[in-house]
Amino acid sequence: MAFFLDLMVNGLMIGAMYALVALGFVLIYKATSVVNFAQGDLVMFGGYIAAALVSLYTLPLILAVPVLLATMIVLGFVVERGVLRPLVGRNVISVVMVTIGLAQVFQGLAAMVWGAQTINIPLPIPLAPYQLGEVFVSPINLVAAGIAMVFLVGFAYFFRRNRMGIAMRAVANDQQAAMAVGINVRLVFALSWAIAGLAAGIGGVIWGNMLGVDTHLALVGLKVFPAVILGGLDSVPGAVVGGLLIGAIESVAAGYVDPYVGGGTKDFIPYVLMIVVLMFRPYGFFGREIIERV
Amino acid sequence: MINRECGVYKTTYEADMALYPVPLARYAALAVVGLLLLLPLALDSHSMAITNLIALASIGAIGLNILVGFTGQVSLGQGAFMMVGSYTAAILTARYGMPFWVGLPAGGAVAAAVGAVFGIPSLRIKGLYLAIATLAAQFIIEWVINHSTWISGGAQSTIYIPTPQLFGLEINTEFSRYYMILPIAIAAYVGALNLVRSRAGRAFVAVRDRDIAAEIIGVNVFRYKLLAFAVSSFYAGVAGALYTYYLKIANYEHFTLVTSVQYLAMIIIGGLGSVLGSVFGAVFITLLPIVLVYVVEGVASLFGFKYAAIADFLANLRLIIFGGLIILFLAIEPEGLYRLWGNVRRYFRLWPFSY
Repeated sequence: MAFFLDLMVNGLMIGAMYALVALGFVLIYKATSVVNFAQGDLVMFGGYIAAALVSLYTLPLILAVPVLLATMIVLGFVVERGVLRPLVGRNVISVVMVTIGLAQVFQGLAAMVWGAQTINIPLPIPLAPYQLGEVFVSPINLVAAGIAMVFLVGFAYFFRRNRMGIAMRAVANDQQAAMAVGINVRLVFALSWAIAGLAAGIGGVIWGNMLGVDTHLALVGLKVFPAVILGGLDSVPGAVVGGLLIGAIESVAAGYVDPYVGGGTKDFIPYVLMIVVLMFRPYGFFGREIIERV
Repeated sequence: MINRECGVYKTTYEADMALYPVPLARYAALAVVGLLLLLPLALDSHSMAITNLIALASIGAIGLNILVGFTGQVSLGQGAFMMVGSYTAAILTARYGMPFWVGLPAGGAVAAAVGAVFGIPSLRIKGLYLAIATLAAQFIIEWVINHSTWISGGAQSTIYIPTPQLFGLEINTEFSRYYMILPIAIAAYVGALNLVRSRAGRAFVAVRDRDIAAEIIGVNVFRYKLLAFAVSSFYAGVAGALYTYYLKIANYEHFTLVTSVQYLAMIIIGGLGSVLGSVFGAVFITLLPIVLVYVVEGVASLFGFKYAAIADFLANLRLIIFGGLIILFLAIEPEGLYRLWGNVRRYFRLWPFSY
């Protein structure tokens, strides 16, 4: 039982970090209907910038974080303006493919500027795990979970109460109608990318601290797909629930199945789950069901 | 392909859909095939290897284009389907001593079956959801092959196969491999051309352009989606199997998600919904890193750098240019190289009286 609880709790903690990345992903999809295959690479880029600021240029953390977040917001703006804007209204293949192209550029750029070797991000968070009953929890996971929760509440508030958030939902629902009532669709697009950049920046710092920063950090982005599909592509609470679920399931499955198959269950189970969800409930738990009318 | 069609007026649908749009086209096609057959006379072994890789990539790209370009179903799993074909051929050849001409179609057939299974979600989902489902297919197939020792042969998931033989001859030089690959590539090309102008091909295009409308006029959408998945995976399987016979080794690392993305890039840069465009894309994407190495090496040697010092830089530059090209083509010329080729042709159609 202790083994199961341990796997479960640590899986949920990892899940909270998935949720953090998934939030940026969902935000972009919700506002602009773009599935961003480069979200993981944005996270990686955020991690690299943080690592470079803290480790290479020895900036104090208190200065580095604002610089990082500002850079990521600008990066989000630039990506939207330069890459996504010309493709507004194009078919799915083009939009998916352009984000994949973007991912390649980020990968090459990051490795070119900062080198391919792993860089560490030292954070003032203790390493020794806390013991709760029979379960060990590492502090960085707690911090990640906390930040994910803060973001969740913030986004929920933003989308329900804030003028801009409501405008974003309107744009997601129907671009033309949103334009007709006077919403600045371009601004909404730019803003959603900027916020996604911000979320990716924070995700980059935390994941980077856990795993070390190199180009493999971008793989986190691929792990997020099962989470967002499970929760529903256009649902903020769905991203969090999906992230937590995927984290827990993969951790438990890995704990029990790995000894028999020789590892790697973590990279397998989430995708099987995702296919099943896609077959039976493509809009996930909380997503909006799209009904086609002729 | 390279014929001029000035002053040709067609009066029937059959004439419009014909494989050879004008009588001259038949001879132009023959001439191109003849030139391809004679190509080894002009090239050395190294260039020949590159040509072989291009031919291999063309087969895979044509297959993917049938699915993505003609049927409109985005697939990120082409690499995985190639992997299935590759391992099927390798197992048949290495363990059961089957000859080349059994392993090759078997690789295609098994890949087609697997592809059709992973096409089933397309019944319920489309567009980006389907793209994500095929992403899952890529990971699931990769994992299954990697983790079942019966398939992957255990150590590093690598299977070595003996030198393939055809008509009692050993296929062991780049030149002989060229004559092994070229007929299959030509068959793939002509097969695709014929497929897309058949009843099935028209159904594919109808599904792509408006699936609901296609269903209403009586096209069995699900059946043709599955067929497109199967055909596309068959091409992928054949390409994968050929790749195995070419390298004499089956290894999953040749067919990862990166490969899938590369094939998607080929058909986007070459031109979605064009068989010839797939070949253009295959040529372009295969040559890109090679040309880049030459150029960067040339520039670097001017400043006195050694190759080892710039190897990392080159790998990264390649990624940036690769991604940048995808973005550029999508933004500026979404119909790809095929459109550019068409522009050139249209210019020469009435040349020199083009006004």
